[in-house]
Amino acid sequence: MKRVECIVRPHLLDAVKAALQEAGVTGMTLTEVKGFGRQKGHTETYRGAEYRVEFLPKVKVEAVVPEELVDAAVDAILKVARTGKFGDGKIFVSALEEVVRIRTGERGEAAV
Amino acid sequence: MKTTVGKVGAFAAALGALLLFAATARAEDEVVGLSSGDTAWVLASAALVMLMTAPGLALFYGGLVSQRNMLSTLMHSFFLLCLISVQWVAFGYSLSFASGGLVGGLDHLFFRGVGQEGAPLAPTVPHLAFAMFQGMFAVITPALITGAFAERMKFSVFVVFSLLWATIVYDPLCHWVWGGGWLGALGTLDFAGGTVVHISSGVSALVAAIVIGKRSGYPRRMFPPHSLTLTLVGGSLLWFGWFGFNGGSALASNGLAAHAFVTTHIAAATTGLAWALIEWAHRRKPTVLGAVTGAVAGLVAITPAAGFVTVPAAMIIGLGCAVVCYLGVNTLKPRLGYDDSLDVFGVHGLGGTWGALATGIFATTSVNAAGRDGLLYGNPGQLWAQFVGVAAGWGLAIVGTAAILGAIRLFTPLRVSEEQEVSGLDLTLHGEAAYNVGAGVGTERI
Repeated sequence: MKRVECIVRPHLLDAVKAALQEAGVTGMTLTEVKGFGRQKGHTETYRGAEYRVEFLPKVKVEAVVPEELVDAAVDAILKVARTGKFGDGKIFVSALEEVVRIRTGERGEAAV
Repeated sequence: MKTTVGKVGAFAAALGALLLFAATARAEDEVVGLSSGDTAWVLASAALVMLMTAPGLALFYGGLVSQRNMLSTLMHSFFLLCLISVQWVAFGYSLSFASGGLVGGLDHLFFRGVGQEGAPLAPTVPHLAFAMFQGMFAVITPALITGAFAERMKFSVFVVFSLLWATIVYDPLCHWVWGGGWLGALGTLDFAGGTVVHISSGVSALVAAIVIGKRSGYPRRMFPPHSLTLTLVGGSLLWFGWFGFNGGSALASNGLAAHAFVTTHIAAATTGLAWALIEWAHRRKPTVLGAVTGAVAGLVAITPAAGFVTVPAAMIIGLGCAVVCYLGVNTLKPRLGYDDSLDVFGVHGLGGTWGALATGIFATTSVNAAGRDGLLYGNPGQLWAQFVGVAAGWGLAIVGTAAILGAIRLFTPLRVSEEQEVSGLDLTLHGEAAYNVGAGVGTERI
């Protein structure tokens, strides 16, 4: 089992969720985050002073999927989250040591 | 006395003796000459001015600070409502309005001699009503200063500072202008407190901000308001209450009160509008913060003039205020670098100064026969009288504030620790949180 973690633009959250579900992903977790990479921040003015705001609002969606679904999941995200401009985000795929379903106590692939 | 109980007991005994002394003063029961209309309006105005402090100013300031300092900021205003009310009844009113030279005497300790009969300065209104109305002004003035040292002052220091300031700056200045002192005798006009309330608090705020120093991280990082929604609510309550602040200062339910009501409103509206337009042109986006600040600044500027100038003059005063205060807040402060966190000097200090001087220009006896004519009506001497008042206000504020803070600093640091400042005063000074979403979860009673 692998963890597929993506950080994407907030307004594309609905599209990412739908695409993942269509690809066969049955559950996911959402966190609202701030971050930056190559995307330039913006300036805000308060009481006559200007400030550079680099950390921009993004959303992080994580899902734990069986190994066979990883490529489909990544492709699904890429298809809907790419706009071609700086700030589209990133996808991280990592190995998972153990997964347990709390309700039943199942472990491993059966728990995904 | 070594024990705390012993000390509290001795204090209570002394207080009890004093109250007994005050209570035995015979209550005069002359009710001849009172006007029910005047009395009703002054009482209502007193309540309106109270609303300006709590929750008006409390929310106006509260919304401007960070979430973790909301309660500390609210506490400043609310605590002062209690503290200064007690100080006022105990001796503040006496120092301000009893007869005396530089300061009033002690004739009216604990409102001794302040009864249901007409007030010396307002014979158609019960003395109690007049004293209470004035008391609300005494409450809000030190509360205004708190904006300058928001988010970093120790609570004990704030209490001692405010109590001393009310006693050695507000009460004497009030006496000088309204209580029979030398500025009133000189002919300085101050309808509702441009000098007594706004210059005193605004200039004191600047001194306090400089003495206490900048917030950790200022000016490098942005300190955005955590709730402009609440700031707008507070600012609107201030505007509403100001009808009592200025309208009630006519001390009568009459044409002058109506006049002051209107000049107050139109100055607020003009300045709010002008500020929004200036900001729209200057920064390409008009802000809620700008509009509300503009309205409050206009209210400050019209305060000394409300019952002395014409309605069109009130609009001109509002326009001038928008320019002066917009520059003060958006240019002067960032350029000079002091951390007057909530722009008390920019709004009250500068707005009050402009308003006081403008009164010397636009005052006319055609509006208020008991006033004077200003520069525009052939009396340039009035501008001089206003300037003296402004200078006296600035001087007393600077000297008084610097002296009090300097004295307190001999005993204890004025600021909280860096760690407390970063964690927020609500938690570290008050053990509370303003917004308690899910806070009880996972706790355990000891």
